[in-house]
Amino acid sequence: MRKSLLALAAGLLLAGSVSAASAADKLKVGFIYLGPIGDLGWTYQHDVGRQALVKELGDKIETTYLENVPEGPDAERSIEQLVRAGNKLIFTTSFGYMDPTLKVAKKYPNVHFEHATGYKRNPNMSTYSAKWYQGRYIQGLIAAKMSKSGVLGYIGSFPIPEVVSGINATMLAAQTINPNIKVKIIWANTWFDPGKEADAAKALIDQGADVIMQHTDSPAAMQIASERGKLAFGQDSEMIKFGPKTQLTSILDTWGPYYIERVKAELAGTWKSEDTWGGLDSHMFAMAPYTNMPDDVKKMAEDAQAAITAGKLHPFKCPIVGQDGKPVECKGGDRLDDGQILGMNFYVKGIDDKLPGK
Amino acid sequence: MELVEAIILAVLAASTPLLIAATGELVAERSGVLNLGVEGMMIVGAACGFAGAWLTGSIFIGALFGIIAGTLMSLIFALMALGLAVNQVATGLALTILGIGLSGLIGAGFVGERISPAVHLHIPGLTDIPLIGRVLFGEDGFVYVSIALIVGVWWFLYRTRAGLILRACGDNHVSAHALGYPVLRIRTFAVMFGGACAGLAGAYLPLAYTPFFIPGMTAGRGWIALALVVFSSWRPGRLVVGAYLFGAVTILQLHAQGWGVGIPSQFMSALPYLATVIVLVLLSRARTGGSTAPAALGTVFVPDR
Repeated sequence: MRKSLLALAAGLLLAGSVSAASAADKLKVGFIYLGPIGDLGWTYQHDVGRQALVKELGDKIETTYLENVPEGPDAERSIEQLVRAGNKLIFTTSFGYMDPTLKVAKKYPNVHFEHATGYKRNPNMSTYSAKWYQGRYIQGLIAAKMSKSGVLGYIGSFPIPEVVSGINATMLAAQTINPNIKVKIIWANTWFDPGKEADAAKALIDQGADVIMQHTDSPAAMQIASERGKLAFGQDSEMIKFGPKTQLTSILDTWGPYYIERVKAELAGTWKSEDTWGGLDSHMFAMAPYTNMPDDVKKMAEDAQAAITAGKLHPFKCPIVGQDGKPVECKGGDRLDDGQILGMNFYVKGIDDKLPGK
Repeated sequence: MELVEAIILAVLAASTPLLIAATGELVAERSGVLNLGVEGMMIVGAACGFAGAWLTGSIFIGALFGIIAGTLMSLIFALMALGLAVNQVATGLALTILGIGLSGLIGAGFVGERISPAVHLHIPGLTDIPLIGRVLFGEDGFVYVSIALIVGVWWFLYRTRAGLILRACGDNHVSAHALGYPVLRIRTFAVMFGGACAGLAGAYLPLAYTPFFIPGMTAGRGWIALALVVFSSWRPGRLVVGAYLFGAVTILQLHAQGWGVGIPSQFMSALPYLATVIVLVLLSRARTGGSTAPAALGTVFVPDR
């Protein structure tokens, strides 16, 4: 009996080493995640992208991910760990991994890195992000149409350009429908704290907002809006389950096509350092179905989406007037240029609030 | 007026998990045990509480699951820190790390599911009184339980013989032992009570506050509960003040932002911590002065037989 067990064990060991040998021929692709893959938001969507990658190229690659990796210097160790495990292409999926990724990239010039939402690059380090403000513009149009009180509620995470440009895009769109539309902004100063996000949504609704928009990660605000019979937009992922009669639409991060494209380039040996900032036209994100709105509003949203995708409509089309009443300089001809949007640190006219830190 | 009522309701909801978790930790610390694993016990309570409610459809059973899960977690702590006399700080921190991992594992199958939250009390006539009706007679069960708990703990600690013995263990375990009290057994019960409360506080989050489960949803509330115990100078009365004050400033700063008061939001977010520290420091300065911590807090006790 003992002998047969030993033989079985030896057989298993052999089988194990064989599969490891075949795996060595595959390209190893690593991912660093900020949250748990079950966060239903940011990290979840990155993992959906990874799964799409595995489905498409699973026979040629092997993927590994590390979740719950804190931002900042600590991330360096995790990234290096993936390098040492033999990963040749590594995606670091949060803004705060920027400097750690760059540091590791300089140390290992033969490994390729892809950093999400940052701006620092290296010959072996690309950056990628999405033009979510395009989606926010569509949401602004819908919100202005659907709001009865004329007051929108906006839950922000941190006053960084990505969030500020989202608020501005929303308001610029909303003002085309209702010039007197108001927005109340509450900064949660966190990306993820369901309780606090719920409290912020309660405060906004108690103060008269009837359409809730969020730039934080959990479905808590959607659920509060649903409980109170108001309307809301999801964030990052499909949240309609938490508000079947509440969600108007949601900006869905769809990283899959980009991940597949980049890994294909790596496999073909044509990978090079690039800066990708894709919008609706390049499918870096998608809009969830337009729900809980009348047909004319839905049509308006779909038309706007088509126009933005075709490049006929630009959310930051000039003239754009700042809070001080002075027009903002137009560096991109008839619109703001990418640099102005990526570094946006002002509110447009019509927002009765002060940008924190200004 | 309606806004005032809405704010009070939000404050009570935000303060309740802090109050419940801190009440449990206060008892554990009064017996001389510093359990830094509150966050870990809470998050496991949240995962199990949600699992229980989702599987049975009953919020009550969910809460029970949370309590049991928190208690089991605290037993791991008791085994290590009391049974094997391992350093309490290290054990507590390890318990938090374990809890965060374990809750993710338990909750993995429940992410994205939703339940209907705990029902709120409704007494026709009383609940409809303007301003105070819903605040006093329209809360969910957890809020009433939290108040009963803290009153019960106050009564137990200061009005019963058992409470006196528990405090004696916390202040001087050698003397308590010499008098013939089973120090380790008493501390184990205190730790278990702390775990049960942390589990209930954790379960409150997915059962009443935000009725879904997401890994990490306690978002540091266990640490705030721990801090509240210290700032309350280990007194139940001050703990109530601290918990509600913290909740009140948290909610009011959100409203202040909505009104556009124009104070930087980063400062506003720090305000609850600041306000709680200042008020509780003033409170403890006003009367006694000096340290009011249980004298044997956090020290290892090995009975000599």
